[in-house]
Amino acid sequence: MAPLIQLSHVTKTFGTGEAQFQALKGVDLKVASGDFVAIMGPSGSGKSTMMNILGCLDVPSGGQYLFKGHDVGSLDRDQRALLRRRYLGFVFQGYNLLARTSALENVELPLIYRGDGREVRQTLSMAALTKVGLADWAGHTPSELSGGQQQRVAIARALVTNPELLLADEPTGNLDSERSVEIMELLTQLNQTSGITVLMVTHEPDMARFAERIIHFRDGLVDHVDSNKAVPA
Amino acid sequence: MLFTTFILAFRSIRRHLMRSFLTTLGIIIGVAAVITMVTLGEATTLAVQKQIASLGNNILLVRPGQGFGRGGGGPQPSDFDARDVAAIRDQIAGITAVAPQASSAVTAVYEGSNWTTTVNGTTADFFSVQPWPLVAGRSFEPDEELAGKAVCILGNTVRKNLFTGGGEPDAPLGQRIRLNGISCLVIGLLSTRGQAGFGGDQDDVVIMPIKTVQRRLTGNLDIRVMLVGVDQAYDSPTVQTAITGLLRQRRQITGDKQDDFNIFDTAQISATLTATTTLLTGIVTAVAAISLVVGGIGIMNIMLVSVTERTREIGIRLAIGAVANEVLTQFLVEAIVLSCLGGVIGIALAQVLVLIIAPLMQVPWLFVPRINLLAFLIAAAIGMVFGYFPARRAAGLNPIDALRAE
Ligand SMILES: Nc1ncnc2c1ncn2[C@@H]1O[C@H](COP(=O)(O)OP(=O)(O)O)[C@@H](O)[C@H]1O
Ligand SMILES: [Mg+2]
Repeated sequence: MAPLIQLSHVTKTFGTGEAQFQALKGVDLKVASGDFVAIMGPSGSGKSTMMNILGCLDVPSGGQYLFKGHDVGSLDRDQRALLRRRYLGFVFQGYNLLARTSALENVELPLIYRGDGREVRQTLSMAALTKVGLADWAGHTPSELSGGQQQRVAIARALVTNPELLLADEPTGNLDSERSVEIMELLTQLNQTSGITVLMVTHEPDMARFAERIIHFRDGLVDHVDSNKAVPA
Repeated sequence: MLFTTFILAFRSIRRHLMRSFLTTLGIIIGVAAVITMVTLGEATTLAVQKQIASLGNNILLVRPGQGFGRGGGGPQPSDFDARDVAAIRDQIAGITAVAPQASSAVTAVYEGSNWTTTVNGTTADFFSVQPWPLVAGRSFEPDEELAGKAVCILGNTVRKNLFTGGGEPDAPLGQRIRLNGISCLVIGLLSTRGQAGFGGDQDDVVIMPIKTVQRRLTGNLDIRVMLVGVDQAYDSPTVQTAITGLLRQRRQITGDKQDDFNIFDTAQISATLTATTTLLTGIVTAVAAISLVVGGIGIMNIMLVSVTERTREIGIRLAIGAVANEVLTQFLVEAIVLSCLGGVIGIALAQVLVLIIAPLMQVPWLFVPRINLLAFLIAAAIGMVFGYFPARRAAGLNPIDALRAE
C-alpha cells in the first residue's frame, strides 16, 4: 500500500530575483497511515512551509507530492480544496477561528461546505466539542474563550470531518505547559483511538516525546529522524 | 448548496451588525438623497407647468407704447379702438379670438362690505382667448354687450371680500353690487386662478361688458389692451409679425420708424419659466448624483476597511475545504442582500422626506417610478461591485496567503 504522504525532492522558493529565497531545498519524506510524527527544527528552517504544502494550502515550486499515491501537483485549485475538505484537518498556531462566531458554528463550518444537513451538523459538532472537553462552551465566541480553549475548538473543527490526516503547526506554541500537555494528550488519543495520522510541528522536546517519530529540520532539508518507539516513555 | 450559502451570508450579516449597518447606511443615504431631490425637482416643474397652463396657451398681449409699460418720451401713443379689434379679427390668419380690454379702478360695495379692485371691460371673447371657467352663472349675452348693460362677473377674491356672510356658494348670483356708485347685477362667478407668479392676484377682478365700462367708468372708447388668442396650429411669431404689419399700417408708421405699440407673447413667460425649471432640475440632479457618489465612496470605504479581516476569513474558509466559488457566492449574496435592503429603506425614506418637504415647498406630492428604480439599481450595483471585487481578489489567493493577510 502506498504511504499516506510521500514527498520527493520538494522545493519551495519565495520571491523573485534578488529577493529570492529557497525555504525548502529538496525534501524527501514518507509518512505511513496511522503515524504520529513530530517535526522539530530551528525557526526559519522551513517546517511551516512544508506543512502548508502538505495541507495543500500552498503549492511546491518543484518536486513531487503524492497523497495516497495520487500526484497532488496534477490537481487544480478546486480539486485541492475538495481534497482538504475530504481528507485533511489543519490546526494553526494562531487558532484561526472565525470571530464573533460561536464555538459550535466554527466547528460546524467544514460540515456546511461538505453539504451535511442541520441535524447531522449539530450532532457531529457537539460530539467533536465533547471530545475536546468543550461541550459546555458550545455557545461561546472565540473572544470569550481562553487560548487553550480556542485551540481545542480549532482541533474540534479539524477532526469533525473525521479526516485521515491531521496537520498541526505549533498547536501549543501560544499555550502554557499545562494546556500544552492537555492538547498533546488529545492528539495522542485521536491518533490511537480514531487512527488519525498526526503530523505536528513543535519547538518543545517535551511535546515531541508524545510522537512516535521525530523529524529534525535544518536549512530547508530533513536533517535526521529519531524514533521514540524504541524507548517507551 | 445555494441554500447553505444563504445561511452563511445571513449569519455573517448578523454577526457583523455594525459593518452591515454602515454599508447599508451609505446606500440608504445615497438612494434617499437622489430620489428626494429629483422628485422634488419634478414636483416643482409640475407646479410651474400648472401655473403656465393657468396663463392659457399662447396669448398675444397687444398694448400701446414701446416695450414694457408706456415709458419713453414724446407724445403718448394713442390707445386702440374697436376698429383695430375688428381689423385684427378679420384680417389676421391663425387667431382664435380677439378680446379688447379697458380697465378702471373701482370701489365695490355690497351691503356693509366694500373692496377696492379693478374692473376689466371686455367681451365674451375674453373667455375663449384663455381658459378661465366659471364656477357658477354665465357669461355675457350678445345683447348685454351691445347695449352695455350693467352686469358683472366676479373674481374669487372680490366675491370673498364682498359676500362675507357665507351661505350657498352661488348666493351672490342675482345680487346687485355697486361699482363707483353704478348698480350692477352679478351674473357669474369665476373659478380661482391664484397668483400669477408675476404681478399680483389674478382673482382680484370684476369682469364687465366693455361698452358698460367705457360709457360709465372710463368715459371714452379707448381700448388699453387687446388679447389675441393664437390658434395652436399656427406659429405665434408669424401671427405676431402679421399683427405688427397691420397695426403699423393702421397707425401710419412708415419706413424704419419704431413701433408705438408692443406685442407680448405669453409663450415667452412659459419659455422662461420652463428654462428656469429645467436649470433647477439640472442642478438638483447634479447634487443628487454627487450624493450618490459620496454614498458609493462610503460603501467602498467600509468594504475596503473590512478587506483584511475578510481576507483572513476567506483564508480560513478555503483552508477548511471551501471551494473559491462557494466563498464568492456567499460574499455576493451578502452584498446583494445589504445593497437591496439599503435600496428599499432608502426608497421608503425618500417617500417620507418628500411627503414632509413637498408641502413646505408648496409643490404636489409625487412618486416618480423611473428615479426610484434608477437609484435602486445604481446603489445595488455599487454595493455589489464593492462587496464582490475585493472578495474575488481574496478568493484568488493561495489559502495560506489569504490567511497571512495583515
Ligand atoms: N510567504 C513568504 N514569503 C517569503 N518568504 C517566506 C514566506 N514564508 C516563509 N518564508 C521564509 O521561508 C523560511 C522558512 O519559513 P518557515 O517555513 O515559516 O519556517 P519555520 O516554520 O520552520 O520557522 C523563512 O526564512 C521565512 O522567512
Ligand atoms: Mg513556523
